[in-house]
Amino acid sequence: MQGIRSFIKTFLLWELLQGLWVTLKNLFRPKTTLNYPEEKTPQSPRFRGLHALRRYPNGEERCIACKLCEAVCPALAITIDSGVGADGTRRTTRYDIDLFKCIYCGFCEEACPVDAIVETRVLEYHMEHRGENIMTKDKLLAVGERFEPVIAADRAADARYR
Amino acid sequence: MWTWEPIRVRLSSLITAYWADPVLTAVQILMVMIGVILVMAFYTLAERKIIGWMQSRRGPNRVNLFWVPGLGQPFADVVKLLFKEILVPGDANKVLFRVAPFLTMIPALAIWSVIPFAPQKAFANIDAGLLFILAMASLGVYGVILAGWAANSKYAFLGAMRSAAQIVAYEIAMGFAMVGVLMAAGSLNIGRIIESQHGGPLSWNWFWLFPLFVVYYIAGVAETNRAPFDVAEGESEIVAGFHVDYSGMAFALFFIAEYVNMILISALTVIFFFGGWLSPFDGYLPASSLLAQPGFFWFGLKTLVPMFGFLWLRATFPRYRYDQIMRLGWKALIPVTLVWLFVEGVLIYCHVGPWKGHI
Repeated sequence: MQGIRSFIKTFLLWELLQGLWVTLKNLFRPKTTLNYPEEKTPQSPRFRGLHALRRYPNGEERCIACKLCEAVCPALAITIDSGVGADGTRRTTRYDIDLFKCIYCGFCEEACPVDAIVETRVLEYHMEHRGENIMTKDKLLAVGERFEPVIAADRAADARYR
Repeated sequence: MWTWEPIRVRLSSLITAYWADPVLTAVQILMVMIGVILVMAFYTLAERKIIGWMQSRRGPNRVNLFWVPGLGQPFADVVKLLFKEILVPGDANKVLFRVAPFLTMIPALAIWSVIPFAPQKAFANIDAGLLFILAMASLGVYGVILAGWAANSKYAFLGAMRSAAQIVAYEIAMGFAMVGVLMAAGSLNIGRIIESQHGGPLSWNWFWLFPLFVVYYIAGVAETNRAPFDVAEGESEIVAGFHVDYSGMAFALFFIAEYVNMILISALTVIFFFGGWLSPFDGYLPASSLLAQPGFFWFGLKTLVPMFGFLWLRATFPRYRYDQIMRLGWKALIPVTLVWLFVEGVLIYCHVGPWKGHI
C-alpha cells in the first residue's frame, strides 16, 4: 500500500508541487532586505566600530598611558609609547591602533580605567593608501572630538549595566 | 487590419521591386530580433527580481529607468559586458573558440522564423515547421560542445559532455511529446497545429495531452540547461561548465542564447499545448467580440506563464544529480510519453473526445 502510494505521489509530482507552493508563498511575503545606504539597521549603544580617544571636558587627554589596553589586546593591534607630558604627568607619546589587526572585540574599551579608548558607532570608513590603516594618536583624538556627544551619550545610556 | 503592403509598394517605387522584398524582409527580421532580444534583456531582470522575491530579497533596484528602480539593470549589464575584454586562452583552439558562441546563438534565433506570432504572421509558413524546430533545437548543442572542447579546459569539457548527454536524453522525450501534438493536429505545420486547437481552453491540447505537456515542459527545461537540470553549468562543481573561459560579449552570446531558448521553449509550449494565438474566450464569447479575436496579444500573454515557470522552478529546486537526471529522462519521461501516445492513438482510432468528428 505504502509502495503504491509513493508510486502515485512520484507520478503526480506531489513533493515538487509542495516545494513550488512554498516559493510561491514567499514571492508575496514582505522582503527582509534593507535598502542599505537609505535605510539602516538599528545600532546598540554598545556598538563596536571605529576607535576614538577621548578628552575630559576641560580638554585634558584622558589617556594616562597605563598600557592596559595594549596588554589586553588579543590581536596585538595597539602600540603605546609613554613619556612625560607638558604638565609633568604621564602621557602617551605614541598611541597606534592597526585597524587591519584589530578584531573589534572591545577589550581595550573594557580594560581602560579612565574611559579614554572607546569604540564608536562609526562603521563606514575606508582607506585609500597604504599606512592609513594605522590610527595614530592624532587621528584617534580627532575621531573622539568629532563624535564626543554620541560617545558620551552612549556611555551614559550603558552606565547602569557596567 | 494593418498590413505591410502600402510600405512595400512605396519601397518598390523608391528602390526597384526586385530589392523591395529582401529589404522589407530584412527590416521585419530585424524587428523580430530586436524584439526578442529586448524581451530577453528584461527576462534576465525578471529572473533576478522574481528569484530575489522568492528568497525574501529585493533583487536589483539600483539602476533606475523611467523612475522604476532596477529597470535599467539589463542595459547596465550590456554596457559592462561590451567594455570587457574577450580573453582567448593560450592553448585554446582559436577558431572554434570564436565560432562556438555564434553556433549557439544562430539556431536559437533561427527558430523564430517559423513561429507564428499571430494568424498568418510567420516568416516561413513551412509545412514541416515542427521538424525544422526539432532540427534547429538540436543544432544548438554543437555550440555547447565546441565551446567546451575549444577552451581546452577540463571543467569546460566536462560541462560540454554533461550537456550533450542530457540534451540527447531529453530530446527523445521531447520528440515523443511533439509526436503526440502532431497526431492531435494531423499536421506538421505550426499554423495548422494552432488552428486545430480552436474552441476555448478545454479544446487546447493540454487537456487531452496533459502528460505530454508536463513531459514537454520538463524536457524543455532540461534542453535549455536550466535549473534544476543545470549540471552543464553546475557552479558548485565545474565552475560555469562549457562557458567558463568566455568573457565579455562572447559570454554574453551564450547568455543571450540561453535566455532566447527559454523564451522559445515557452512560446512552443504555448503553441503546442495552449493554442498559440487563440483567444481563451474563443468559443465562449461570440466570434465577433473583441476578446475572442485571435492575435499576438494572447500569444504574448500566454507565453509569459511558462516563462515565469522557468524562474519559479529555478528558485525552488536544488540541482538534480547527474544519474537522477538520466533516470528521470530515460525511465520516467520516455515511458510516460510512450504510454500516452498509445492512449492517444486509441482515442483517435475510436473517435473519442476532440477527435469525435474525424474520419
